[in-house]
Amino acid sequence: MTEVGTARKRSEDARLITGNTQWTDNIQLPGMLYVAFLRSPYAHARIVNVDTSAALDRPGVVAVFSGADLAGEQGGLPCAWVVTPDMVLPDHPPIAVTEVRYSGEPVACVVARDRYAAADALEAIDVDYEPLPPVLDMQAALAEGADLVHSDKGTNKSYTWVFANGDLDAAFLDAAVVIEREYVQQRLIPSAMEPRSVVCQPFGDQMTVWSSTQIPHILRVMLASVTGVPEQNLRVIAPDVGGGFGSKLQVYGEEVITLILARKLGKPVKWTESRSEGNQTVHHGRDQIQRLRLAADADGRIRGLNVDLLADMGAYLMLVTPGIPLLGAFMFPAIYKMDAYSFTCTGVFTTKMPTDAYRGAGRPEATFAIERLMDELAHELDLDPIEVRRRNWIKHDEFPYETVCGLTYDSGNYEAATEKALQLFEYDKLRAEQADRRERHDTVQLGIGVSTFTEMCGLAPSRVLGSLFYGAGGWEHSAVRMLPTGKVEVLTGSSAHGQGHETAWAQIASDALGVPFEDVRVLHGDTAISHKGLDTYGSRSLVVGGVALVGACVKVVDKARVVAAHLLEADASDLTFENGRFSVRGVPEQGMSIQEIAGATFAAHNLPDGIEPSLDSEATFDPENFSFPHGTHLCAAEVDTETGFVKIRKYVAVDDIGKVVNPLIVEGQVHGGLAQGISQALYEEAVYDVDGNLQTTTLADYLVPSASDLPTFTTDRTETPATTNPLGVKGVGEAGTIASTPAVVNAIVDALRPFGVSDVRMPCTPERVWRALQEGVAQ
Amino acid sequence: MPRIKVEVDGVTYEDDVEPRLLLVHYLRDRLGKVGTPVGCDTTNCGACTVLMDGMSVKSCSVLAVQADTHDITTIEGLRINGALHPMQEAFHSEHGLQCGYCTPGMIMASIDLLRENPDPSDEEIREGLEGNLCRCTGYQNIVRAVRSAAHEMSHSEVTSHD
Repeated sequence: MTEVGTARKRSEDARLITGNTQWTDNIQLPGMLYVAFLRSPYAHARIVNVDTSAALDRPGVVAVFSGADLAGEQGGLPCAWVVTPDMVLPDHPPIAVTEVRYSGEPVACVVARDRYAAADALEAIDVDYEPLPPVLDMQAALAEGADLVHSDKGTNKSYTWVFANGDLDAAFLDAAVVIEREYVQQRLIPSAMEPRSVVCQPFGDQMTVWSSTQIPHILRVMLASVTGVPEQNLRVIAPDVGGGFGSKLQVYGEEVITLILARKLGKPVKWTESRSEGNQTVHHGRDQIQRLRLAADADGRIRGLNVDLLADMGAYLMLVTPGIPLLGAFMFPAIYKMDAYSFTCTGVFTTKMPTDAYRGAGRPEATFAIERLMDELAHELDLDPIEVRRRNWIKHDEFPYETVCGLTYDSGNYEAATEKALQLFEYDKLRAEQADRRERHDTVQLGIGVSTFTEMCGLAPSRVLGSLFYGAGGWEHSAVRMLPTGKVEVLTGSSAHGQGHETAWAQIASDALGVPFEDVRVLHGDTAISHKGLDTYGSRSLVVGGVALVGACVKVVDKARVVAAHLLEADASDLTFENGRFSVRGVPEQGMSIQEIAGATFAAHNLPDGIEPSLDSEATFDPENFSFPHGTHLCAAEVDTETGFVKIRKYVAVDDIGKVVNPLIVEGQVHGGLAQGISQALYEEAVYDVDGNLQTTTLADYLVPSASDLPTFTTDRTETPATTNPLGVKGVGEAGTIASTPAVVNAIVDALRPFGVSDVRMPCTPERVWRALQEGVAQ
Repeated sequence: MPRIKVEVDGVTYEDDVEPRLLLVHYLRDRLGKVGTPVGCDTTNCGACTVLMDGMSVKSCSVLAVQADTHDITTIEGLRINGALHPMQEAFHSEHGLQCGYCTPGMIMASIDLLRENPDPSDEEIREGLEGNLCRCTGYQNIVRAVRSAAHEMSHSEVTSHD
């Protein structure tokens, strides 16, 4: 059978297009209570007093708690990644007790019989604040005598993390070209369409938690350790989850508090955020200042790269906050060969919402930096940006290749992907048009942006995570249940929230077991059902979880072979297994399907001695290496020199993600990724004012693009299978986001080169483009 | 409390409601019509789009009392004689959804778009859906789905007149 590789339409659509979905906020339980949080209007203030008495008198209100009221039981929110032994890790109470450190931080909560009553009562809580100075600028925060986010820590520095390999001084000494740049990765708001929501139901000493989360398994462990509910009494369910993009890879204070309230009040409790709450208090992404130095020979060959980052942690370290910039540490050298590389990252506290994973997580930032630098290098040497990349990239016959970071890239073919992209793009034709527009002094100039990216996916080999002091492993689990009727249940520890696992996993199991696609049901996102797993992030689902499923299927077939041999009265080694059927070699009519064997095993009337009556199997896969998808993206942007308006005229993405299970799903992932990466380049930025209040609290202020803001993409693939897993897959969830941001900014800068422009800060709004142009001309 | 009489997906309801109750909360919390989700509560995202007397409205920005005497269609009431609406079919066939959270609103808005313009260009589809945000798909397959549904619906109308 050949399910894998087929553009199967998705099974999960049936409920999503008819409104039969189970979002967490849909859950209504008898006697359910609703929580609302009172949030700090200050970026930084001491809490002098919280008076909840008037709120308690409001109609429908059941209970009101300040942080101090819950101080004995609310615990602290976890950080699972202590990146250096001396990392400063402040306490992070779910509800602030003595001090608030970002606007939007919870200071009290109301529990009421309906959501309107809970929201009404918030205004009756009286909080006395003593304002403290906000800390908003990373560089100022590190200066001597700076105001402190955590005064007890004596510093705004959380950590400095260093990696170096090769002789950087030698690389820069006498280098023909040295490019020195500073780029800013603006702060972003992930903006999943489904707001966060959590429901907790106590049942005796057991507690069921439904949450709009990417990580039900990790959340269970963390909630158990924070709240003291024994892990075996805690069941976490991620029902249908409306997008995550990293933002739901978190253990949120609201999840902890909702659980504590349900336990305290003995009733089911629900919390659902509003969008403005979410923009303030869903963790943010990016926010780095990148200081970069690149040394190259006169022919454009890179000698060395020095990266010095400031990464804004925000006010606290959440689940993987400090590790996010380090996921980029190994990606700055990208697909290029160089002898020396040095990376330093300093994590800085500010009085802003903490940052954490957002689609790509560290890798988009790194890719942006190196791909922008490659274009600058090309400009410096008057080379075509494709040519300068060609002179530096690892050639297809040089794999496996150990990079200057110590990673071993197993496979790739940058030449093939680039060649295909150039053809689809009609590169030469567009270059000719660009020259023509320049010559004519057209008010609308054309720019061409290149991004030849790679990324490390399939997070992650557990031993690598261990060496980086991450608090868990990176394996994934899967199980296969062969039901009495021959139908199949697949369990996966990877927790989908839009990625289409229910379809793709059924395709994999269908091929591996030789059963019809329709006979397979995929179960996920419930710790009582898919009991073991490490969830979904970092383009890991297929590369780690899909491979675990293959392992579980192989075990089922192995068990079935023994039963088949017994029932067919043949030697197991004489059996062939094809299209789900065991037959005796040379006697094809003498055979049994694996589905029949499932029935016979269930009956257990006639099993070989010592064989247990079950074909069910499970497998856990821990990858030995990351996977390295790559690709070439080309963007043509028209820039109106009178208004600064940027229009993407053409966007070509050729991705090499190895073998493909479902091309339809892959295409969708690429489209969505491109939209988010392009949007970082052009539209999105979380803006705080001088007092530290978030200005972009609604979707009217924070520009998530609409259909009319984005172009039609041309997507294609090359296929260089990964050699490190049996499926040959590499992961696709983040590729589009990682590749597209530099492609777009490179195109804008390329359009404006004749005007003396060498950078435009993101997001490249018409105003910023126009100002860059005026400054460029003035010089 | 005012009393309202509303037809929702073919069923008539009479209820006393607070004047400030939002239509979307009336649908979700009172009638259990949870197929219509809330994405932003500020009229920006369109996830809560329903049809009121056949015209699309964002139900987070309509009060339940404003729906009095009106006819509401939600994603749950789209099936025709048990069969999926061509727009639902098209979103499935063209992979016009991933997480699916924006999908009910996107489908309802697309139906209203075709009511106004049965044969839209890609650009007209993109502009027509400007009030509905999707974070997963990059919109390309949504545009493709609407185009395909437009074709299907014009075709089926022709055959039904025959």
